[in-house]
Amino acid sequence: MNPRTQKFASTALIISVFVFWELFCLVAGISELILPRPTRILEAFFQYAPAIAPHAWQTLYTTMIGFFFGVCIGLSLGLMIGSSRLAYDTAYPLLVGISSIPKVAVVPIFVLWFGAGTVPAILTAMIICIFPIVVNVSTGIATVEPELEDVMRSLKASKWEILWNVGLPRSMPYFFASLKVAITLSFVGSVIAETVASNKGVGNMMLIASSQFNVPLVFSGLMVLATMGISLYAIFAFLERRMAGWAMRKDF
Amino acid sequence: MSNADFVKLEGVGVTYGTGADETEALCPTDLSMAQGDFVALVGPSGCGKSTILKLVSELLKPSEGHIFFGGRELGAKPVRVGMAFQSASLLPWMTVRDNVMLPLKIVSPFKADFRAKRQTEFKDRVDALLEQVGLIDFADKSPWQLSGGMMQRANLCRALVHDPDLLLLDEPFGALDQFTREELWQTLQDLWLNRKSTVLLVTHDLREAAYLANRICVMSARPGRILEDRQATFARPRPIDITFEPEFIQMVQDLRQLIVHSPAGPKGDAA
Repeated sequence: MNPRTQKFASTALIISVFVFWELFCLVAGISELILPRPTRILEAFFQYAPAIAPHAWQTLYTTMIGFFFGVCIGLSLGLMIGSSRLAYDTAYPLLVGISSIPKVAVVPIFVLWFGAGTVPAILTAMIICIFPIVVNVSTGIATVEPELEDVMRSLKASKWEILWNVGLPRSMPYFFASLKVAITLSFVGSVIAETVASNKGVGNMMLIASSQFNVPLVFSGLMVLATMGISLYAIFAFLERRMAGWAMRKDF
Repeated sequence: MSNADFVKLEGVGVTYGTGADETEALCPTDLSMAQGDFVALVGPSGCGKSTILKLVSELLKPSEGHIFFGGRELGAKPVRVGMAFQSASLLPWMTVRDNVMLPLKIVSPFKADFRAKRQTEFKDRVDALLEQVGLIDFADKSPWQLSGGMMQRANLCRALVHDPDLLLLDEPFGALDQFTREELWQTLQDLWLNRKSTVLLVTHDLREAAYLANRICVMSARPGRILEDRQATFARPRPIDITFEPEFIQMVQDLRQLIVHSPAGPKGDAA
């Protein structure tokens, strides 16, 4: 299938899902309290837009701050672990252990330490996205071809020079691939934290709306989250193509 | 130091592991190379050919014995070496030109003014080399756009660009088809005749050794030691047709006999 038909098919599928949803609700006469129709959700979105905006902004900025710190920590940990066999073997079990903790479970602890509000959301967004970055970056660096390392070492390159010229650029495709995963995870993290303990953010707004049985508003919140998530994913996918396009063997 | 002892190994042996797990990879070995010489190391797989290469390039420390370079013990002063392996291992995010230029970024004294000269002097230097091996039209391409033979040409250029005192080649043409390999033999011979570098080539292709080298050292099965040191005195530049001359064929057969009937080491995996 050529790329244009491919794109057309994807778009058609998305639209038909919404059309089916709308028709299904109409024909089956489903109550708005259970599943509102897409047009009702849009309507609610425009109706409450001024009220939604500050919440959306709150979620976006906690996510971005958490994500930023997560990337910094994840990248430096990944570099450290990846460039030493010993560190890789030593730290890996601990990282797997930490990553297997459901992050929802740590939100109450953050709330206990920092009180409800912005800080736990940022921390949750951060901690949830560190692991995929660490794993990807360290894998990228640890799997440098031994011959290449021998060539560099025979040129008397220092460990730092090997990391800078070979390890780091080599791990970039892994890094950008992990960013796409990490940014969506960060969203999950901050929304969870907002739902559990905050008075701001889209997660909190949806919780309150559902307690008032304002189901169209709940779904509008979901729509806002989906839009933000997809946009950020697209931004990082674009960055990936620009920064590590060589790995996809396309002319860039 | 005499010119004949440009590189000198004195009783150099390598042992891996300790106690019961101790395995001897290389028996104490003596080997000398003259400056500008082209020496090939041949032998069954696992006989320690590559070990010798790694010792000379300081990637590996000998368990016993001493290595001298230009009269001084290795390690006293950095020796400028160029290395090329069977896998070209070019960096996929760089153009062919930048790949070849990489050693100039790492090796002294080039690295001091790498930034200043990368667009001028160093570029010309790399391009001259690429021109010699017929890759100049591919200088701005990515490595994955090249064929296997072209990648190896670029790999050779990368090993030579910083004018190494010693060129170490570890089965550089092992993964190529016969025709490409023979083409590259000629390229390498031309490069060597032009530059008169000192070359140590590890290979298990006896024809390759006989065609390229001035001296061929035959090694025994593990633990390796040098069984025989032969001169290949065919006139240079050697045309590829020389490989069909009776003398050449005779030489390859002699080498083959030596390896097949070499007194096997404890494991005895000579084939």
